[in-house]
Amino acid sequence: MTATETTGFVGTPVLRREDGPLLKGKGTFVDNIQLPGTAHAVVVRSPYAHARIRSVDLTEARAAEGVVAAFSGADLRDDWKAPMPCAWPVTPEMKNPEHFPLAVSEACYQGDGVAVVLATTRALAKDAAELVVVDYEPLPVAVDLAEAVKDGSPTAHESLESNISYVWKLETDAVDAAFAAADTTVKRRYVQPRLIPNAMELRGVVARPEPNGDVTLWSSTQIPHILKAMSAATLGMSEAKLRVIAPDVGGGFGSKADVYAEDLLVLALARRLGRPVKWIEERSEGYVATIHGRDFITEMEFAATKDGTITAVRANVTAAMGAYLQLITPGIPLLGAWLYAGPYKIPNYSFTCTGVFTNTTPTDAYRGAGRPEATYVIERTMDALAAELGMDRLELRRKNFITEFPATIASGLTIDSGDYVGALDKLLEDFDLDAFHKEQAARRASGDVKQLGVGFSTYTEMCGIAPSRILGAIGFGAGGWESSTVRCLPTGSVQVVTGTSPHGQGHETAWAQMAADLLGYAMEEIEVVHGDTAMAPYGLDTYGSRSLPVGGAALHLAGQRVIEKARQIVAHTLEVSGDDLDFAGGLFSVKGSPDRAMHIKEVAWLAFAAHNLPEGMDPYLEATAVYDASNFSWPGGAHAAVVEVDTETGDARLVRYVAIDEIGTVVNPMIVDGQVHGGLAQGIATALYEEASYDEDGNLQTANLVTYLVPSAAELPSFELGRVSAPSPLHPLGAKGVGETGTIAAAPAVINAVVDALSHLGVTDVQMPATPERVWRAIQEAK
Amino acid sequence: MRSVAITVNGERRELQLEPRELLVYVLRERLALTGTNVGCDTSSCGACTVLLDGESVKSCTVLGVQADGCEITTIEGLAMNGALHPVQQAFHEQHALQCGYCTPGMVMAAVSLIESGEAGSEKAIREGLEGNLCRCTGYHNIVKAVAAAASVTA
Ligand code: FES
Ligand code: FES
Repeated sequence: MTATETTGFVGTPVLRREDGPLLKGKGTFVDNIQLPGTAHAVVVRSPYAHARIRSVDLTEARAAEGVVAAFSGADLRDDWKAPMPCAWPVTPEMKNPEHFPLAVSEACYQGDGVAVVLATTRALAKDAAELVVVDYEPLPVAVDLAEAVKDGSPTAHESLESNISYVWKLETDAVDAAFAAADTTVKRRYVQPRLIPNAMELRGVVARPEPNGDVTLWSSTQIPHILKAMSAATLGMSEAKLRVIAPDVGGGFGSKADVYAEDLLVLALARRLGRPVKWIEERSEGYVATIHGRDFITEMEFAATKDGTITAVRANVTAAMGAYLQLITPGIPLLGAWLYAGPYKIPNYSFTCTGVFTNTTPTDAYRGAGRPEATYVIERTMDALAAELGMDRLELRRKNFITEFPATIASGLTIDSGDYVGALDKLLEDFDLDAFHKEQAARRASGDVKQLGVGFSTYTEMCGIAPSRILGAIGFGAGGWESSTVRCLPTGSVQVVTGTSPHGQGHETAWAQMAADLLGYAMEEIEVVHGDTAMAPYGLDTYGSRSLPVGGAALHLAGQRVIEKARQIVAHTLEVSGDDLDFAGGLFSVKGSPDRAMHIKEVAWLAFAAHNLPEGMDPYLEATAVYDASNFSWPGGAHAAVVEVDTETGDARLVRYVAIDEIGTVVNPMIVDGQVHGGLAQGIATALYEEASYDEDGNLQTANLVTYLVPSAAELPSFELGRVSAPSPLHPLGAKGVGETGTIAAAPAVINAVVDALSHLGVTDVQMPATPERVWRAIQEAK
Repeated sequence: MRSVAITVNGERRELQLEPRELLVYVLRERLALTGTNVGCDTSSCGACTVLLDGESVKSCTVLGVQADGCEITTIEGLAMNGALHPVQQAFHEQHALQCGYCTPGMVMAAVSLIESGEAGSEKAIREGLEGNLCRCTGYHNIVKAVAAAASVTA
């Protein structure tokens, strides 16, 4: 790294260029696309969690006002050349009942699509959808995860003999021996509630057939490139004839990193009808039609010596897949599979996951995907072990922290860098634990109704979903590389193309910052292009905190290639050796004679004119680079939550949150802070508010935004953030992923705080979300 | 169909509306003012917030015909002569938006909160914005932006 590359814009809180249109109501969200001749699609969904579809009668619907067409699953069956894609067969034996955008003979969750009605307006399509008559024969259901996994449970599909999709195991040699030899062991069982991601923009899809037979598909998606490939494969159409555009996307959090039935339906229907087709989700519909997250039951065990040295960890996860395997459903628990030792050196390691079908909305990636679940059970069990040993919770953590990097961990991966000790030290500097303890002791002594607790969470995670080699080895269907093109246009501006696909993360700003520093252009001279497969043809999109760790590195490599090409042109023009040229601030100058210089913009023109290029060089000053990281990205940190619990009502309120994160080099601290804030809010919501629940028949009980509690500003405090830095030695800028850290770390910190507030009353656990009722019961049961 | 006249962002619009049409769809689909977003079907999210005769309302809870004779301000009508309204400017400066989907409603709610003098403390701002959900920002910077805008306009 040279000085010019990290001074200037990188590291400064440049205000976002994305904001202007969004602030003025000029966003390009999918529902804002209004094309003449559009047929509006409404999906008719099964009200039953499990039912045979005896017949679908569309006669009345087809005759209704404004209706363009209506189809059942059987009508469209032959439009699909392949079932809906699951890109991650985690074991060769994994069971994956095939499913199509509309169910043909069996509906397997409440919300499974069974028919589609198209009309000239959305309101007319909704009216007509009411007229569709489906004859269902209800079937036995598997809803509760703990029951569904048992032998003899009703199965989620008629074709299955058991609900187990797969069992996946990772174990080192001497785990049992380590448990047998331990002075102390702790074993706890944790339930991770099912969550509904709730991006504020619902999903939406518009497809327009073009006169030449091409189709343009706009989707509120995080993954335009993957969607393009998967849609073409499912429909059996030429991928070259499909253009996918992710316009402004109103949040995703993993829920839009999927290939959905409605993407495929809208595409197929637009081709069939030869006119634009549009589908816009409603919130309550989204609650059943868009993937859910989490829904794990985990048994977690530590073995330790008397002095608190942890010698082994064993995690046994039962994970709900929901009714079908969506794009990476079975792989979600595996994204945490290597992490159940957290930031601690634990030599013996065992992780087993059983993936289980239930008659519920499919699960898939929700912010953190597999890693919040891991971190939650680790950090809860660290507190339990500390209590068991009579040891201070933070001392136990310190004693077991990994302190030397790179560190190869028992699960087999290598953490390239980190500073867990530094993060915890800074947390304690900022927090003032003594003052807190005084206040806590005073409230306990006075028997105050409102008790205070502090909880900690020290974590690491693996993100950047990166090395293609490792992803291939664990069965993932695609790679983990990212691509970028940098074009220095002849007239003085730069076009940066990235294969990442932001939906709120501010890539246009951050990528311009990086490109400006690298190339020596002004920020305003740089345009960043993303999210349109016609303009950014290669990419693997945005999820798993991968954009900066992988896509940012690709931009860096492409920029360096451009500089090298420019250097050869300058050397040729000035008749010097490339090695004799310095490059800084956009200017190439001859070492020792700084007046012999040429600006990169001038080189861009020379490269375009091509009158006098080095022998064999192609015109145009541009380069494309693909970066395939050699490792995952390993952020970490130490968080503290303070919770006030009303011991009479059970109401637990977060009153303070301090987060110290280690995320390497920061490109835009303002954007990074925003990512942490949002991540924290979602993790805190997991701990205190959010839970999707079903009744025993598989009816979603929390079926809308009234019954599912997404916190508002009134439920949350302001957050206190800080950072330590241990830059990744593998990333060209030293950066790490940050999109999920807050969500990963926050839930255990908050629940540890709730338990701490009540520990003097004998409470040792409260299940998430710690609702007033659960907290109140925990207090009563401890009495 | 009913004839109504609504003044939207200072411009009088005469429309033939079906009685069941919600104001938010009148704005979005009839008047192509797509800045006002829809985020739910239970009047819970506030993404559709506009000003109706100066007061913030969730436009998914108002029928278009109820707005007959009223003045509506949407996010498109907030900037004056191209310059951002102080609340919009504060949202930009404080990084109070990420995906931007909640933003139009959040900004309109904040404008009304500040104008009604109810943005005097962090607590008041947080409670005042209770009806507007944001999934991206954790509200931290939104609260800062509203406080900053309130101090500018005070
Ligand atoms: S759209 Fe959610 S409150 Fe109006
Ligand atoms: S900025 Fe995305 S929902 Fe608020």
